[in-house]
This record gives sequence, C-alpha cells and structure tokens, in this order.
Amino acid sequence: MAINRSAEAMTIFSVIQAGLFPIIHMGRPWLGYWVLPIPNAYGSLWVNFNSPLLWDVFAISTYLSVSMVFWWTGLLPDFAMIRDRAVKPFQKKIYSLVSFGWSGRAKDWQRFEEVSLVLAGLATPLVLSVHTIVSFDFATSVIPGWHTTIFPPYFVAGAIFSGFAMVQTLLIIMRKVCNLEDYITVQHIELMNIVIMITGSIVGVAYITELFIAWYSGVEYEQYAFLNRATGPYAWAYWMMMSCNVFSPQFMWFKRLRTSIMFSFFISIVVNVGMWFERFVIIVTSLHRDYLPSSWTMFSPTFVDIGIFIGTIGFFFTLFLLYARTFPVIAQAEVKTILKSSGERYKRIRESGATLVGTGTDERTSGKVVTAVKSSVEKLKKKEMSSDKSEMKDSLMASIGSFDLNTQTPDDLKKIKGVGPKMEEVLNTIGIYSFLQVSKMTKKEYDLLDSITGSFPGRAERDDWSGQAKKLIN
Amino acid sequence: MEPSKVIQAMYTDDDVLMSAVKKVKAEKHHIEEIYTPFPVHGLDKAMGLAPTRIAITSFMYGCVGLIVAILMMKFIMIDDWPQDIGGKPSFSYMENMPAFVPIMFELTVFFAAHLMVITFYLRSKMWPFKKAENPDPRTTDDHFLMEIGVHGNEKELTRFLKETGAVEINLIDKAH
Repeated sequence: MAINRSAEAMTIFSVIQAGLFPIIHMGRPWLGYWVLPIPNAYGSLWVNFNSPLLWDVFAISTYLSVSMVFWWTGLLPDFAMIRDRAVKPFQKKIYSLVSFGWSGRAKDWQRFEEVSLVLAGLATPLVLSVHTIVSFDFATSVIPGWHTTIFPPYFVAGAIFSGFAMVQTLLIIMRKVCNLEDYITVQHIELMNIVIMITGSIVGVAYITELFIAWYSGVEYEQYAFLNRATGPYAWAYWMMMSCNVFSPQFMWFKRLRTSIMFSFFISIVVNVGMWFERFVIIVTSLHRDYLPSSWTMFSPTFVDIGIFIGTIGFFFTLFLLYARTFPVIAQAEVKTILKSSGERYKRIRESGATLVGTGTDERTSGKVVTAVKSSVEKLKKKEMSSDKSEMKDSLMASIGSFDLNTQTPDDLKKIKGVGPKMEEVLNTIGIYSFLQVSKMTKKEYDLLDSITGSFPGRAERDDWSGQAKKLIN
Repeated sequence: MEPSKVIQAMYTDDDVLMSAVKKVKAEKHHIEEIYTPFPVHGLDKAMGLAPTRIAITSFMYGCVGLIVAILMMKFIMIDDWPQDIGGKPSFSYMENMPAFVPIMFELTVFFAAHLMVITFYLRSKMWPFKKAENPDPRTTDDHFLMEIGVHGNEKELTRFLKETGAVEINLIDKAH
C-alpha cells in the first residue's frame, strides 16, 4: 500500500524512456506517427499487423496510457487533500487543476473503488502482455540465441525481477530522505526481497532452460550461440549477468540479510547491474557472431550510443525527482483507511453504552458545540486525575504495552534527550524499559506520566520522547 | 425537491460516521450527501446508494474494442491490402487470425480502461479546471461530513445528530 504510488510512477517514467529508444532509432523520428494505422492519401497502404514490432507499438502505448490513467485516478483524492490544505494561492491553483475538482462524495468513492479494482484487473494481464510482446520482437526472429520459446515467461519474470530491484533502490533512498520509515517499513523491504529472490530464481531457471534446449535441439547454430556466450569474448558479460541475477538474490533466503536495509540496497544495485548485462548479453552476443563468420565483429558503442543511454537515465531521474518533490508519494487516502489509533477508543465508549457526544472533538473543529464538549472532556480528565496512582500506572501500561524483564532486554533509555539516570530509574519503576514503549506515548500518556512522577511537567512532550524513541528503534 | 436548508454534521472517525448513518437512516431522515477523505467500506450500502454499474460499462467498452480490432484487422490486412509476407499470404481471415490476437487484446484493454475512466470522470463531474464541491476543506483531510435536508425540524435534528457523535453541526442556507 505504501509503495504502489512510487512503483507506478517509476513504471510510467521508465516506459517513457523505453518508448524514446525506438523513436530515436527510427532515423526520421518526426515521421514516427507512421507506425499508426493511418489511411494513406495515395491508395491502400497500411502498417503490417503481422509484425511483432507493430504489436509492440500497440502494447507499449496501451500499457503506458492505461498505467498513467490508473496512477492519476489514484492521485486525485491525494491532490484534493493538498489542494484543500495548501496555504499559498499558486499551489492551491495548481493542485486544484490537477485534482480535477475531486470532492469525495460517497458516490464518487463508490465509483472510485470499482474503477480502481477494474483497472488493477486490466493492468495485470497488460503487464504480462507488454513483456511477452517485447520478447516476441526477439523470439520471432531467426537469430540464434533469440529464437527461443522460453522468451515470453522469461521476459515477464525478468521484468518483475528488475522492476522490484529498481523500486527497492529508489524507495530505500526515498524512505530515508523523506522520513517515510513509518510507512515504508522493513516488512515491505523484506517482502520485496522475497519477490526478488523468487523471480531471480525463475530467471535462473530460464537461463538454464535456454542452455538445455540449445543442446537438446541439436541445432548447431543455436548451440554455438550459447557456447559463445559462456566462453567467447563476451564471457565476462555473461558471467556478470549470471552472478548478479541468479547467484546474488539467493542471499535473500537468510532472514537476517533480507531484513537488513543496507544489504537490500546493495543487492538491488547488483540486480540492476545484472539486468542491464542481461540485455547486453541477449543483444550483443547474438549479433556480434551470426551465421556469416566474415561479418563477425566486436561491439564498440559510439558517443551517440553512450549519450542516449546516459541521457535517458538522466531524463528518468529528472522525472522521478520532480515527482518526489511535488506529488504525494504515499497513496494517502488508502493508508488512511488502515491507519487509525482511535478505533479502539470508540469501541470502548460504544460498548460501555456512553454517549458519543463530542468524543471526537479536537482543536480543528470549531463552533459553539465545542465549548460544551470541551468542558465534558475536562471533567473526564479531572476524574482521571483524582483516581489513585496505581490505576494511572495500569492505564499507562495498557496503552503503551508492558515489558517482561525475564524475556526481553531493556534499552538504554538515557539515549533519549531529556532522560537522565534518575528519570530512567523512575520510568523503570513504572515498568517502562524499552524504546518501543516510549514510542507509543501520546499526549494522554505524557500527562499520565507527569501526574505519576510529579517532576518536570511537560518535559516529555517538549522533547518529543516518542519521536526520539521511534528514531532509536529504526 | 431539494430542500433549501441543509444541516452539515462533521465527524472525525469512520466508525462513528457509520453508526451515525445507520441511526439517521433508522430515524428516516434523508441523507443528501456524505463527503469523506477516504473510501469508507459499506458506507454506500448503509446510506442506501445503488451499486455502481461502472464495471458493466467497462465490459461493454471492452467488447466494443474487441469488435473494432476484429473489423480493423479484417479490413486492413485481408480486404484492403492483402500482402504476401515471407511466402505467407493473407487471403482468409481465419488463417491469419492468430497473428491479430495481440492487437485484439490490446485494443480490448485500451477501450475498456480509457472509456471507463472517462465515464467515471464525467459521471462524477471531474475534469481539469472543475471547481471542487466539498463544502468544507477538512473533508479531504481527516473529517467526514454528512449533509441532511432540513424541513423545519432543525432543533430536533441538531440534538439528534449531536447524540450520534458529530463534533460540529452547521446549518447552511442553500440559496439557489
């Protein structure tokens, strides 16, 4: 839920780069629209719908446009929130333009949910189809090393594999830079690592299948193509690909490694490099030695090749950084549905049969009603104050969770700014030993703590102990 | 007929809102509209909204896309300009159909997705430069707003809504 927005953004921006390559290589890019089936003024002349290259035009443009629409529809409620919270008029104008006047009516949400569901359902086979059709570009040719039936599933697995690795690379950085540790959790990273491990293994199986089928087919050109890959002048690229894509994800079998952020980042970079080498191996090794030994050669990129490569990477990062700067990078309307601290409280009130009047009031609700409500809230508070300390202790422990000295090791609470040796002792006598407990404290718990200890009132809140504790946990 | 005066009750929690909606429905008041910051599951059923038919339209658009693809392939590749590519002539539709499956699939998805989203935007009145219609800016953030038509029973209604857990109640005169 926390990574989908950025993963979609990354997909769209990379498809834009991917779409640039064929246009650049057309030679006359200003005639690029000729790939579309446009009626010809001089009589019957159409694009060739038997060609996988033309299928690719349709696959990529459908994929790009549908992903874009899916992404933008999901963004509308979040843009609307920024629009309604924006202070500066320019920002307000821009965000009301891009939010399309989203109002959040119950009926809008009902349709929104249905549309999201259908689009997700359509996008899934679309992912399969786009990578399958890209692989057809190779597989329907007669070049040894390309002419293989394993290509479609192999490309799909490879796309998921490299896609997750790239998401991992970008989000580990974004999580740190934008302080999103609470949303993009270690669990997310771990699950992504598992996907990387599984798809990496599938890719590995595909590599070996290719070798086996080349041998089993008895076609000597095919056999030579793979022998040449593994032992020829480009063996370094082949073994680079093998070790990065097949060997390195196997480290993710170990829980300690796949929950380590630094190691995940390292492996994601390795996989990105490995997948670049996979494309290099497929394209270069198959082309540099084909049926005619007199045309055998080595590949040397010109400055234009290198320039296009670096340029598209730069373009990608420009788009991604602009996105990270101006867009809501977490799908917030979705996260709001599961992130709530208040649910339990309301349940308790309802079950005790008490009235719900004013229970949800905060400083942002206004009007005459509030004053009446506030006094009742204060009365409640006073009631809490008057009860004895042990009861307060119990309620404090109930809200932040207890700590078992026998099974868990206490943290050094002195690391929190504002907690000295004395305060640590006091906290320990109450039963607070770990950062986890401190991190769960809110205004209510701080007040309870103050009234129990009776010293330094307001200190914990001013120093933001729970915020500090959260940082110390990570 | 739309009442000229509405009462707007604000809530801060989706559970409270849901129980409030059920109570309001039980009292037979008419809920004009509810604005929420995120999709509250079951809210549409609780307030008596008809289920959306947008998925059905999507299916129909998909069928249109498929038909368009079939007819287009037939016209372009068979009727208008049959080519003999690599000794494989395009003479009958059925013989060449497998090569057109990718295009048929893509156009089906293209039509289903885009036309459905366009339908959604138009039905929910959303397009660039459209002015937002949520009555309070907090409803896109973390507040929920229920609009109920007033028919000369404002006092009673206010008391009732307060009882359901509303944190703020405003009477709005909708001058048409």
